[in-house]
Amino acid sequence: MSSPTRTPLQRLRRSGALVSVLAILASFIVGGLLIAFTDKATTAAAGYFFARPTDMLAAAWDAVAGAYAAMFRGAVFNYDATSFVGMVHPLTETLTAATPLLTAALGVAIAFRAGLFNIGAQGQLILGAIFSTWVGFTLELAWPLHLLLVVLGALLGGALWGGIVGWLKARTGAHEVILTIMLNYVALNLLGYLLNNALQREGSTNPVSPVVNASAQYPLLLGSDFRLHLGFLVAVAATAFAWWLMNRSTLGFEIRAVGANRAAARTSGIDTFKVTVLAMVIAGALAGLSGAAQVNGTEKFLSESIAASIGFDAITVALLGRSNPIGVFFAALLFGAFRAGGVTMQIATGTPIDIVLVVQSLIVLFIAAPPLVRAMFGLNDRREKKSKKPKRAAGAPATVGGDQ
Amino acid sequence: MSTRTQTAPASASNAAPTAGVGRRSLILYSAGALIALVLFALMSPGGTATFRLSAASDAFQIPALAVPVTPAGWVIALLLVAGTAYVFSLRRAGRGVPGWVPAVFAVLFVSGVLIWMVAEATNPSISLLSLLTGTLALALPMVYGSMGGLLAERTGVVNIAIEGQLLLGAFAAALGGSLSGSLVGAMVSAAVGGVVVSSLLTLFAVKYQVNQIIVGVVLNVLVSGLTGFLFGTLLSGDAGLNSPPRMPNLPIPLLSEIPILGPLLFNQTVLGYLMFVVVAVLWVGLYKTRWGLRVRAVGEHPKAADTVGIKVNRTRVMNVLLGGAVAGLGGSFYTLVSVSQFSRDMTAGTGFIALAALIFGRWNPIGAFLASLLFGFATNLQYVLSQAGTEVPSHFLAMLPYVITILAVAGLVGASRAPAASGQPYTKD
Repeated sequence: MSSPTRTPLQRLRRSGALVSVLAILASFIVGGLLIAFTDKATTAAAGYFFARPTDMLAAAWDAVAGAYAAMFRGAVFNYDATSFVGMVHPLTETLTAATPLLTAALGVAIAFRAGLFNIGAQGQLILGAIFSTWVGFTLELAWPLHLLLVVLGALLGGALWGGIVGWLKARTGAHEVILTIMLNYVALNLLGYLLNNALQREGSTNPVSPVVNASAQYPLLLGSDFRLHLGFLVAVAATAFAWWLMNRSTLGFEIRAVGANRAAARTSGIDTFKVTVLAMVIAGALAGLSGAAQVNGTEKFLSESIAASIGFDAITVALLGRSNPIGVFFAALLFGAFRAGGVTMQIATGTPIDIVLVVQSLIVLFIAAPPLVRAMFGLNDRREKKSKKPKRAAGAPATVGGDQ
Repeated sequence: MSTRTQTAPASASNAAPTAGVGRRSLILYSAGALIALVLFALMSPGGTATFRLSAASDAFQIPALAVPVTPAGWVIALLLVAGTAYVFSLRRAGRGVPGWVPAVFAVLFVSGVLIWMVAEATNPSISLLSLLTGTLALALPMVYGSMGGLLAERTGVVNIAIEGQLLLGAFAAALGGSLSGSLVGAMVSAAVGGVVVSSLLTLFAVKYQVNQIIVGVVLNVLVSGLTGFLFGTLLSGDAGLNSPPRMPNLPIPLLSEIPILGPLLFNQTVLGYLMFVVVAVLWVGLYKTRWGLRVRAVGEHPKAADTVGIKVNRTRVMNVLLGGAVAGLGGSFYTLVSVSQFSRDMTAGTGFIALAALIFGRWNPIGAFLASLLFGFATNLQYVLSQAGTEVPSHFLAMLPYVITILAVAGLVGASRAPAASGQPYTKD
């Protein structure tokens, strides 16, 4: 079950950027088909398809193009807007949406590289959010110091939640998938409890926390017209850290070694216990950082839906980014764009935002199975078909999953 | 903490279970006895806890069970202490613990918790019957889900997509039921829905050998998005595509009149009866038939199975598809029994609990069934107790099943092992 670790560059060459582009294209095509087939005008025109086929095709094209154009306007550049602010606003929304995704996905990616399938970013994010909220509204401090404490709190909260998983996994061999799923639910219920008790806003009957102090907020980067905040730069810094950790540090080497082959790593003298715990602590801390970005950057207060589905989207982002920090960065931008654009699309054309989930998951599936994509676009030559090598998915280490 | 003393998780799956009593289970037994002594006996809230045994409408009325809390607490606590002492003496003698010990221990502990929680409530009286029937109803989709997962995992395919199978099953049942207007149509569609997810799982996991956990996770997202999208476009219209027929209860004459057991076991829907059949058939099938032997061989040692002429990948594909049908059928519970229409993400993570039940139950149909019942019980306890006005915050009660699972996975079944080949694609050399 061991496969030689390849450098990101080699992996990229092996898989081919072409396959990635085609996978994205194919996913959009499938999404487009779904939009077309459920569009009312299209189905109405399909009734007389054989009489005037162009009607149906035109209606389908209108529906799909309309939806995707709205998505583009919401995510990248709004060419319909009248002011410059309105035009570039979508792009900053994309970056804002990408911020929590990025750090959480980095955490998931680092755990992947250690051979740990971390589904717990959601719970780790919630713990980070709880800690940063608490630090954010109870303390009275000057701006940079207070924000620094908030960030530390978020890191600590997430690290705690991730560390529990790492410790239990290393100590008892319990399956991390189960542990993280269960801890997500525990975190969610803990959040619900705290929001109805210790963290509840004074005088409010709703489960929401007080607004965090201004000194505990990430300052806005581009003025009050845009929601983009300093948390984005923190996330970029986290990306750089993750890259350094995985590619330049001893611990990163050990993490990769354990992920590639746990038994061999132990035999060669790596403390697998330490590596497992530390990998999960770092993963949790990064996800906790997303909690701070949500509370102290975007939302300014804690609510039950603070994590939305960021922790789960982070898994797909990490897979799409092939567990490589640079890849994760661009994958997070793409998913941030989906998120920002999906909202606009739903408002503009009434296409349910769920189509975004479909396209996202298809992208990951297709990218994980290059032969399928090549077959879809007729790129498989005969030689390739014959040597059907087991293609391991998106940077996930061999030991993920079964306890071998 | 050094590498030498550490029990490696990797080798835990290969090591044969040791005969004696592990230190970990000793700690668990002691902790259980200690909690019982402090909570049930020393800190007993006193008074009586009343358990109503029959509904007002029942033909035979049984008087409610009134339990004096403090004496009951002491009895249970002392029994648990005695049990712990027995386990310690077994360990000293170097013998293993008989299977009934943990079972009795758990039942006693849970009854202790139940009595204590009811006594704490403002209105210390609950209906035991509705607690149990609710348990069964909540456990039902979990049981189907874990059986579906079990079929796949026994052949060595990790199935994280149970959630997706349940959800698409629920969706397909609503759509198929509305279109065909018949329950059979709804149930067949539900099974087909599960099979669709399974076929994607096999396509990517078996044919293209993508990491099975990844495929499972992504399939859950895909199904969530797909059903959400179709719900928003197709089902929300006024074409009546989201109004499946309701599945009636079919009480068995006479048997359903038996107090407690009657309403619990013999007044079920078709899905409810079928659940028992599925569990029984799977258990017999896996352990008593040639098919089961082959399936287990594929899951444990695919190469050996291949050598003796079993088609490894075909067995896997067939089992995953069958599992999908079972899980999909379970999903129909949501739209045919529980609520009679589909709504977004209505399975709400049950598939993941089913997965936990499967692991908790050590990949054994009976074990997974019992684990599902436990989760159903813990979830339902929260509803019943909040009706009685308990002091314990509902969020902590809601956490209970998940904390139990963590303790169980880390403490009790940490050493239990998945089918040896699970997660590993097989290529014939």
